[in-house]
Amino acid sequence: MSTDQARIRSIPAFRVSPLTALGAFFVALVVLWLAVNFVKSPSEWYGLFLIGLTNGAVYGLVALGYSLVYGILELINFAHGDVFMLGGMLVATMTTAWLATASGLGLWVGIFGMLVIVMAFCASINTTIELVAYRRLRNAPRLAPLITAIGMSFILQNVGLVWKGARPTSVPDILPRGEVFSVGGIAYTWNKFIVLLFTIPVLILLVWLVQQTKQGKAMRATAQDREAAAMMGINVNRTISFTFLIAGSLAGAAGLLYALYFTNVRYDEGFRVGLIAFTAAVLGGIGNLPGAVLGALLIAMIESFNNGLSWATPGSDWSTSIIFSILILILVFRPEGLLGERTPEGA
Amino acid sequence: MRDRFRKWLKAHPEFEREARRRAKRALIVGGIAFLILAVTGAASFALIWLTAVALALYVPAWGTLKHGSWVVVLGVLALVAMYPFYQANLFQMPIFGEFPSVDTGVTMLIFIMMALGLNIVVGYAGLLDLGYVAFYAMGAYTAAWFASQHFSSANLHLGSVGINPNTPGIHISIWIVLFIAAVFTSMVGIIIGFPTLRLRGDYLAIVTLGFGEIMPQIARNGDHLFGKNLTNGPQGINPIDPPGFGDNLHSAVGLPSDYLTFNKTILGTSISSVQLFFWTALLLVLFTVFCSVRLRDSRLGRAWIAIREDETAAAAMGVPLMRTKTWAYAAGAFFGGIAGAYYASFKSGTFPDDFFFNISIFILCMVILGGMGNIWGVILGGGFLAYLNQEGLGNIGGWLNQHFSAQSKSADTWITLWHSDIDVPLYQYGIFGVILVLVMLFRPEGLIPSSRRKAEFREGVADEPLYDVQQ
Repeated sequence: MSTDQARIRSIPAFRVSPLTALGAFFVALVVLWLAVNFVKSPSEWYGLFLIGLTNGAVYGLVALGYSLVYGILELINFAHGDVFMLGGMLVATMTTAWLATASGLGLWVGIFGMLVIVMAFCASINTTIELVAYRRLRNAPRLAPLITAIGMSFILQNVGLVWKGARPTSVPDILPRGEVFSVGGIAYTWNKFIVLLFTIPVLILLVWLVQQTKQGKAMRATAQDREAAAMMGINVNRTISFTFLIAGSLAGAAGLLYALYFTNVRYDEGFRVGLIAFTAAVLGGIGNLPGAVLGALLIAMIESFNNGLSWATPGSDWSTSIIFSILILILVFRPEGLLGERTPEGA
Repeated sequence: MRDRFRKWLKAHPEFEREARRRAKRALIVGGIAFLILAVTGAASFALIWLTAVALALYVPAWGTLKHGSWVVVLGVLALVAMYPFYQANLFQMPIFGEFPSVDTGVTMLIFIMMALGLNIVVGYAGLLDLGYVAFYAMGAYTAAWFASQHFSSANLHLGSVGINPNTPGIHISIWIVLFIAAVFTSMVGIIIGFPTLRLRGDYLAIVTLGFGEIMPQIARNGDHLFGKNLTNGPQGINPIDPPGFGDNLHSAVGLPSDYLTFNKTILGTSISSVQLFFWTALLLVLFTVFCSVRLRDSRLGRAWIAIREDETAAAAMGVPLMRTKTWAYAAGAFFGGIAGAYYASFKSGTFPDDFFFNISIFILCMVILGGMGNIWGVILGGGFLAYLNQEGLGNIGGWLNQHFSAQSKSADTWITLWHSDIDVPLYQYGIFGVILVLVMLFRPEGLIPSSRRKAEFREGVADEPLYDVQQ
């Protein structure tokens, strides 16, 4: 009875606040801008849409890592983007060494093998960071782990700098470029499609893991209330380590796709992509897994359209500003994100 | 005379006890340091002199006397102020090499000022600001707008020195510009802070990071902002007018009329613009320290500390959260703005590439290394890291390569550890990252902690934001 009442009360009354109206106005402007551009040059629009879709898949994998860790520790793991970049660098090394001339079945086996290796690599980096740095600070004031995460991010960036130098490292272009299907005269090529082909199974696996397995249940319990979870016999430390392991392996998969698809990596690229992915996670509702993917797709679309469209478009000079403006607006006006629940965390 | 001293000592037993304790400590630590320095070739008159001054400041327990703590403060201040006179005669430190030049000294002082400003936000009020570079940029661009030829359609001269009155552009005396920059920047701080300060700690950090990323992009693209050239884009704005007091003040009080053309020999040292910039920066730092101390002990400062320790309790005691936090932001931005404007006038230019995210972390690192909330710690951390950034890392790298690198193999090479020289300054941010992590893990209260902050880190605080508690 009481739960029914609570449910009824939790349905928000429909009323339009000035803030909602303003938000709707902005969204309407963006839709109008997209529509006008679509009418003006549909083929350009399709091409950018497909690029956005592909980038969104990569950002989504990274954003999931932020979301997972934030969900369980309430920590923004700044180092996550750099773990992703180190994964990309490992892929660059392996591709140059083994796969530069591979083709056919050998290529696919090679890529799959690299996926396994790079996921294990990034997972172990991420778990090690948690073990040496964040675990000791679990009961410290909130600023302490956040500052440590920033420090870790700088350290990993410089590991990348030592490893590959300051110039971008190019990765051999091994992905096939044949056409999968075409929309409005724009071909969707295999190298883009492969990104989706890898991302979707990983996502399904992740959702299954979090929703269906015992370990996933432990993760959700720890995220809700660490002390209560410990009292129920959940090994909190192991669960948190496991979360970092999962987040790290997602970053590894993203690193593989990023390196193969964009065909170059640079030491500070991880930080940039990390911030974009974090914005995506916040946009979708941090701690919410489908939200992270939705946010990543939206952000990647906005970035891609902004970089490529021609009518009334700020252009790529402004893409960082636009992404961060979205981040700020979301945090200020809807801290729970698009799909997140209203928590008392933001306001 | 001697009897009077004996009598005096008897009347102050705690002075004697403390002095004996310190003398022992100084004998051990100072003796070892002195020996190392002397053996590594720094044996010189300057070393003995410097050791004597340090002992004179440390060993007598000045703190136990009435007004005694001023002796140490004024002594250190005099040492710093006289630095340009004896800098050339100092010795070589082991590993670190030469003492910083006066030019580096100016940069150190300016960064100390920024660190003190950030300390108000992070140290006193406990709000993590990852975009402090935005305030630095605002200050620098204010200086560029009001003291250069950038707005060539305007022609406004107000107390500018060394500029032909017919030169186009806005030329306002740098002293007024510093004030304008401070006020303008703190207004921006309020505007940024107002919507965002409701957010909890880590969300606030992200929002400030966002502003810190947007600001340099605006600076970079500001040459075609709605058809107007606001920032001159990637080329930046230069030259910026030099500071100076003008001919009237020069003839009346003897203040230098124009920093850039100043040249005089005082006490055997030729004094030119760098030394003047150094002393002016020192005065600005003193002003910042004075304001920091007074703010900390004021009603507002106590409110900041209360919010930092327990927001809910502070709100319950009637501290207005939003207003107090906004003031912290404005005060921090104020000093960031002055420092930015002064740095721009020192470098005589402002460039968008100077304002990237890493600088924010660099300044944050100073505050954290020194000790959040402690002015003296922040001064130490700021000075040391700014020195490392400017000269120290290069010197250390040179020393490492001289002794361990195979590339410059010579009689100095001890063991060959690597083949080609390592460019140590390239990895400066990695080194700062290591500092951040190590400090947070092993000494979160910093090198010179404020006792209060130390207790917070050791015993934990109720830093759940108020909005978390109001379920």
